[in-house]
Formats: sequence, structure tokens, C-alpha cells
Amino acid sequence: MKKTLVEATINGETVEFLCEPRQSLLETLRDVLELTGSKEGCLTGDCGACTVLLDGHAVCSCLVLGVEAQGKKIDTVEGLATQGVLSVLQNKFLEHASLQCGICTPGFLISAKSLLDRNPKPTEPEVRYALAGNLCRCTGYDKIVKAVLDAAADIRSQGEGKAAAR
Amino acid sequence: MAASTTTDNFKVIGTRPIRHDGVDKVTGRAKYGADYAFPGMLHGKVLRSPHAHANIKSIKIDKALKLPGVKAIVTSKDLPQAENKLEQSGEMVINPMYLSMNILAHDKVLYDGHAIAAVAATSPHIAEEALRLIEVEYEVLPPVMTVDVATKPGAPILLKDLRNKEEGDKQTNVAQHYQFKRGDVEAGFKAADYVIEREFNTAMVHQGYIEPHNAVGIYNSDGQATIYCSTQGAFDVRSLSAQVLGMPVGHIKVVPAEIGGGFGGKTTIYLEPLSVLLSKKTGAPVKLVMSRSEVLRASGPTSGSKIKVKMGATKDGKLVAAEIWMAYEAGAFPGSPVGAGAMCIIAPYTVENFLIDAYDVVVNRPKTAAYRAPGATNAAFASETIIDELAEKCGIDPIDFRLKNAVKEGDAQVVGPPFKRIGLIQTLEGIKNSPHYKSKLTGKFRGRGVASGFWFNAGMQSSATVNIHADGTASVVTGSPDIGGSRASMAMITAEVLGLPVTDVRPITADTDSIGHTDVTGGSRVTFATGMAVYEAAKDAERQLIERAAKVWEKKPDEVEFRDGKLHAKGNGVPPMSIKQLAPRFPRTGGPITGRASVNARGVGPGFATTLVDVEVDPDTGKVQILRCTVAQDAGKAIHPSYVEGQMQGGTAQGLGWALNEEYFYDDKGTLRNSGFLDYRMPTCLDLPMIETVVIEEANPGHPLGVRGVGEVSIVPPVAAVANAIYRAVGVRMLETPMSPPKLLKAMLKHRDSTKHSAAAD
Repeated sequence: MKKTLVEATINGETVEFLCEPRQSLLETLRDVLELTGSKEGCLTGDCGACTVLLDGHAVCSCLVLGVEAQGKKIDTVEGLATQGVLSVLQNKFLEHASLQCGICTPGFLISAKSLLDRNPKPTEPEVRYALAGNLCRCTGYDKIVKAVLDAAADIRSQGEGKAAAR
Repeated sequence: MAASTTTDNFKVIGTRPIRHDGVDKVTGRAKYGADYAFPGMLHGKVLRSPHAHANIKSIKIDKALKLPGVKAIVTSKDLPQAENKLEQSGEMVINPMYLSMNILAHDKVLYDGHAIAAVAATSPHIAEEALRLIEVEYEVLPPVMTVDVATKPGAPILLKDLRNKEEGDKQTNVAQHYQFKRGDVEAGFKAADYVIEREFNTAMVHQGYIEPHNAVGIYNSDGQATIYCSTQGAFDVRSLSAQVLGMPVGHIKVVPAEIGGGFGGKTTIYLEPLSVLLSKKTGAPVKLVMSRSEVLRASGPTSGSKIKVKMGATKDGKLVAAEIWMAYEAGAFPGSPVGAGAMCIIAPYTVENFLIDAYDVVVNRPKTAAYRAPGATNAAFASETIIDELAEKCGIDPIDFRLKNAVKEGDAQVVGPPFKRIGLIQTLEGIKNSPHYKSKLTGKFRGRGVASGFWFNAGMQSSATVNIHADGTASVVTGSPDIGGSRASMAMITAEVLGLPVTDVRPITADTDSIGHTDVTGGSRVTFATGMAVYEAAKDAERQLIERAAKVWEKKPDEVEFRDGKLHAKGNGVPPMSIKQLAPRFPRTGGPITGRASVNARGVGPGFATTLVDVEVDPDTGKVQILRCTVAQDAGKAIHPSYVEGQMQGGTAQGLGWALNEEYFYDDKGTLRNSGFLDYRMPTCLDLPMIETVVIEEANPGHPLGVRGVGEVSIVPPVAAVANAIYRAVGVRMLETPMSPPKLLKAMLKHRDSTKHSAAAD
């Protein structure tokens, strides 16, 4: 099958790549760009392990075609840390032991980031609602929800600290 | 909250360090099986049967082979003849012939999704196109989907070699009959004031790990093969693949990738031998990854079952007799966990008189595999519901009723030998003392239920090495794939023994050539058995450190002591030496220090759990909402309490899904109609509350640190606990799973009708 040239911004970098029109964005990320952090759990948009941000919106990358990334901004789990420093969410997932096998973790981190980006002060039901598209079979979600609530509180207090310093 | 009988003054054990593999897992760097890629790698796909039961008349692959990009196709003709015999493999008994027939159907397909052929091509899409070009001619046979149909006289026979020794060596679908008995059941029931008898049915359910099965096989021209895959047991993949491929075990190396969940389902093989066969035919590495639909149709769920329980109690609440008949769906080949279920069903209680008959029945469904405390959850659903009913008849609180009958140290197990120290009573008391139990549940259509559960836990073989590095830090190498944070525990045990900070110990899961034989990550055994090997290996390193310090100080080893991470010379005023100070002297005192240990772990400590759950039932739809849930479980000793809680919460969540929604739904042709996560409905974040935990630490006397293992038993009580809670909420005894809205609504409407009738009759 003839390949198409696609240009997109992935984790802040402009990237050009070739992909077949039938390849999903998930397959393109994993097999063409070697960004294997996004995981395949179902390929039907039910498990959320492949969640990425597409122009800031959380989407299942298995339900988007690679060619649809043309001109778009995509953020994956590989872009969450800044120059080797983990984000607050990543640290809180580790502190709260929010992962066991870890296969769902990239998707949860992206969905949680998407929530906190638009709602810095979520309630527990709001967190549960925002993460309901991500399946985890190991944890019963308890420690994931706690980590996201704790990360939100941490990010807010950092923000307040910065405001006070100004 | 923790209640502890261990008094050791631990520095590392019992703390909650960040797991060593954590950063890799939150940055996307951790490599799972499907993340492996090699130059020139081909992609494989598997052709699967659309029929539940059919003879294969012919398979034509010519057209598929001609598709550009297709490099090889394998069918069962490419597999050597495997022996029809029984063999122990880890926790399971396997029959190599049936294993081979499951990898690729020989002359018959036995379930929807049964593998028939595998294709290797330059892309997964081309491999998929090629599947459509393979022509298979079938002679379709009637599907046998339930134990009732399978055991009817004249039922279609699935396996021509399966014969019933009890019934004149005739062909049968009943693969095995187990019986356990004690005392005089008839006399027992005569002594009972109350007798309850009911029949329960549970649906087949899947482990539901998020990562599909995967394998990359590389066969070299020198006859050596390497398999990269996500598995709970690299050594089992090696020995099972060797059986199926007719290769020497030593010619296969298995590299365990990070594993995305297993819960028992990744203790056997599916794609692994196919990847090697296709690599052998093509000379290239070949990767196969299942789709979600393939996982549900053709990996190993756990048995649906039919269980009849009759139990009797005296009016003061003493259980006196139990008569139990149980039959489990094995799937297409023998080997359901019905034997384990039979040994678990009344294990928490002292019952003087019992008779348990258990049957393993083949049906046209995928061959079942282990699932977290295999067989015990189905069993506990039945017995713990009856116990609840008997408690009610006796007018005794269900927890007190259980306490009256609970097994303790010295009581006989179902199979005979007495229990050593166990913690069932402590889990019941833990629940009684929990904030949840002390809270009041009010409101209409709400109810609170409780249930307990037992699981054996396993020992088996493990190996470990502890390497002391040149700077005095260490690595600990084991053969146990880490499925839920066990690497952190292995590092913590090493750090505890050697007095090192846990960050100075790097834990490694090695491949099958780099560590001694280690059985599966299963049976809740890793922290117990591999932890025992790690403890012994660290002690071996400690012994060598003492010898080296003695050499440096020109003393005898017994004049040197190791404590608080330092070597101390007895007697005179020589200042103590740290491992860091001693390490540079290794080369001149005898070379590197490697502590080693291999164990076939004895002293297994059984696990008990008790679960308390509050539900609210929607009277119009039958939907059940879990309002609150607390689980108390005996860990023996919690090495890393966060991951112990994690096991308890995860097992509970799976049990709640089993109770409320999950089921394999086959149509009358035997086709699985819900082979996706949209319709095979596992609990989401929104379906569950926080899951409160009570960690009991009733030290296991059979382990140097008191560890029991915590991976499984928490899944056992929730189904029964939910059923008991539903009864208190709406007055209906649910006798089947899942207790999904249509089933519960139907039961509620029937109950309303019958109460109306009895009201009218009054």
C-alpha cells in the first residue's frame, strides 16, 4: 500500500514520517516512530491504554488514523517528563503505588493530565468520571484516584507558592 | 490498619519505598512483549475457527502463500506428535498432546477461536489479508456448551481419547472425578436443626489483563531459539514450548518481557511455539500479538460451574454436615480447577461430616487456565451464601456464625493434615473492628453482606543470586516475572539482610539462561518462595562478607559479626567496617561476592480473607451499585504494605466484576458474542468506591520473615459478599452469576409476585 507523508508536532518536536493510510495513529507511533509507551489493549477504544493528547484533547490513538495527525499536535507519555524530571502526576503515581503491572499507566497519566489541565480542582467523582475510559485490572483504581487527587492538590499548592513569591 | 504478630525490628521491611522499575513504567520506557522489534522482523497472525465444534476436512494454503509479502504458513502438520500423558508443570498438570492440539487444531476444532494456522508476513496487515485466503473445509458438529449438555447420555463426544474409568472405559466428556469425605454425612444431617440445600450456577469469566498475549520468536540456523514474551513463567514457556516443538529444553531461551497483567492467564503458552515455528520457516524473527477478541475467544478464562450445596447446622450455630456436588467447565481439554474448588469450598470451617464430589467436564469453550485462586471463587459463592442463610435461620450475626465455626491452628484441613498458624479469625475480627462495620447503613434498597474465603498459596521452586558490587551496593537476580511490584519486595528483603538502603539494591528478573529454575509467578508464591530464596541468597552473601572481613582482620570467621549493615570484630577495639569499605578488598581476599540460593519452598502458609460490602439496588432496573467495601486479609508479613493493599484491592475489584457483570455469552451455535471490552464489561473507575483494607499479619511459621503470599485470596469472598448484601437490600437470594441487571430484575419481580401471592393467601 502506498505511503503518505505526514508532518506533525509530537511531544513538542516537528516530525515528518511516512505511514500507510490504514495504519492507526497508535500503530504509527509504536511501529513507525518507535514510541512504544502508548499501549494496545483492545484496538476498539474501550480500554484507554493508547490514550494520547491530540491538540490537547485526550483520544484513543487506536481510533485515529496516522494520516489524521497531519498538522496536529500530539502528546504521549514519553513527553510528560521535562528534561528528565518527572511531572507531578508521574511522581504521585509512584508515591501512591498506583501501578502494578503498569500497562495501563501511560493511558491513565495522559487522561489524568487532560483532566487537570482543564480542571485543577477536581472532586473524587470528577476524577472517576474523567478516568472511566481507562481500564485497569490490577489496582481496583483506589490508588490511581488517590494519586490524581493528590497531584491536583500539589499542583495547586505549587501554583499558590509561585503566586505568593510574586 | 494493621494487626501484627511479628515483632522483628525491621528497618526496610514494612516501609513503602518507590518501586525500582517505577520510573520506566511512568515514562513509557518499560519494554513489554509487544514493544520488542528486531531488524528484518516479520509479523504473524493466527487463523481461528468460526465454529465451536467441527471436524477439519481440509486446509488449503496455496492462495494465501501467493499473496505478496507472505513468507510462511504453518498448520498442525508442522508440529511433531506429542505424547498423551500427564505431566506436572508448575502449578498445573498438563498433557502434551492436548497442549499441542490447543496450539494448532489437529483434525478437529473444539471452540470458537481455536487456532488452525499461522501466517508470517512483512506486515501485520498483509498477514491478516492472507488469513482470508486460507481455505478450510469443515464438517460442523453440534456444540456442547454446558456441563448439563456434556454429561447427558448420548452427548456428542469432544475428545476421542477421553475415557471414563468409572463407567466401563466408555468415551466421555467427564475428564475427572474427585471425591473428598469425612465422618458420617447422614448422621450429621440428622443432628442438624436447620438444613439448606441450593443449586448455584456461575458464568465463565476472564482474567481480563489489559495486555494481550504476545511473542517474538527467533530461531537460529544452529538449532537454538530465543523467545521474548510477556509471561508469568519463563521457565514454563520454555519447557512447554520444548514439548510442543519437540526441541530440547536447553535449546530454547525465554526472555521474560515486562508483563501487563496475567492473574494466572499467562502461565501457559499460545503464540510462543508459533513464533518459533514461523521463524524456523522464514529465517527471520517473527512477532505475534493477539487482538482483544482473540484473547477472549482463545486464551484461558476460568470455568463456569454448577454447584449443589446442602449444609446443616444446629440451632446454636454449629455446622454439622455438608454434602456437595460440583461440576466445572474445563473448556476444550481436561483441567478445570474443580479439584481446588472442592478443597476450598468449606475450608474456612470445621465441619465434622462432609462428602464432596467434583467433576471436570470438557465443553466447546476455550481451555481454561488459572485465574487468581483458581476454582475457589465459584465454590465460595455457593458455600458462603448457604452459610449466610444458616446464620439467619439460627438468628446469629453472620460474622459471629463464621467465628463459631472458623478453622484455627490444629484443625484438620479438607485433605487431612492440620492447619499450622492461620489468620481467618483475625480477618473476621478485623472486619468487626473496621470503621466500615461500625458505620450504620441506612436507606431503602440497601444492604450489607459479608463472606470469607480460603486459598492454599503455593511454594515450589525458586532461585536467587545476590551480587555485591565493587562500591558495596548490590543487585538481586531472580527468575520471577514481576507482575505487581514484587521486584521492590525482593530488593527490600536483600536490603534488610545486608543493612543497605533499598535504593542501593537493584532487582532484576533474568532470562532462563541467567538464573536457576524458577517456577511461575502464581499461587501467591513470589514473595513467599522467591522471597525465601532471596533471603537465603542474601544470608549467603552475608556469610561470605564475614569470611572476607575475617581475612582482612586476620581473625577467624566466628570472631566477626555482621549487624546493622556493618562488620564488627568481636572483642578488641577494631572499628567496624561497612560493606562499602570492604568491597574494594574483594579482589585481594578471594574475588567477587555472589550469594546464591535455590529452594523448593516448604512451609506454605494458607491465606484467608473476609470481605464486607454495602450495596444499593435500583428497584426499577436491578442495577447494583457498590457503596462501600472493606477487605481484611492475612498477609503473614507485609513486606511492602502498599503492594499488599494493591493485591487486596485488585482481587476485590475482580471479584466485584465477577459478581455483577462479567460473563462469557455464547449463542446457540457456540459463538462468543461479547469478545470485546465494550460487551465483556469489567469494572471501571466509576463502578467502584475506594476499597478499604485491613492487613492482618499473623506470621507464617514456615517462612523466615513470616510471609504468606497475598496475590489471590482477596478474589474469593466478594461474589458471595455481594449476593449476601443483595439479599439484605431486596430480599432476593441470587443463585447465579453475574448478578447483572436483567438477572437480578427477573429475580426481584419473581420475588414480588411470590410475596404478593403469600400476602393474598394470608
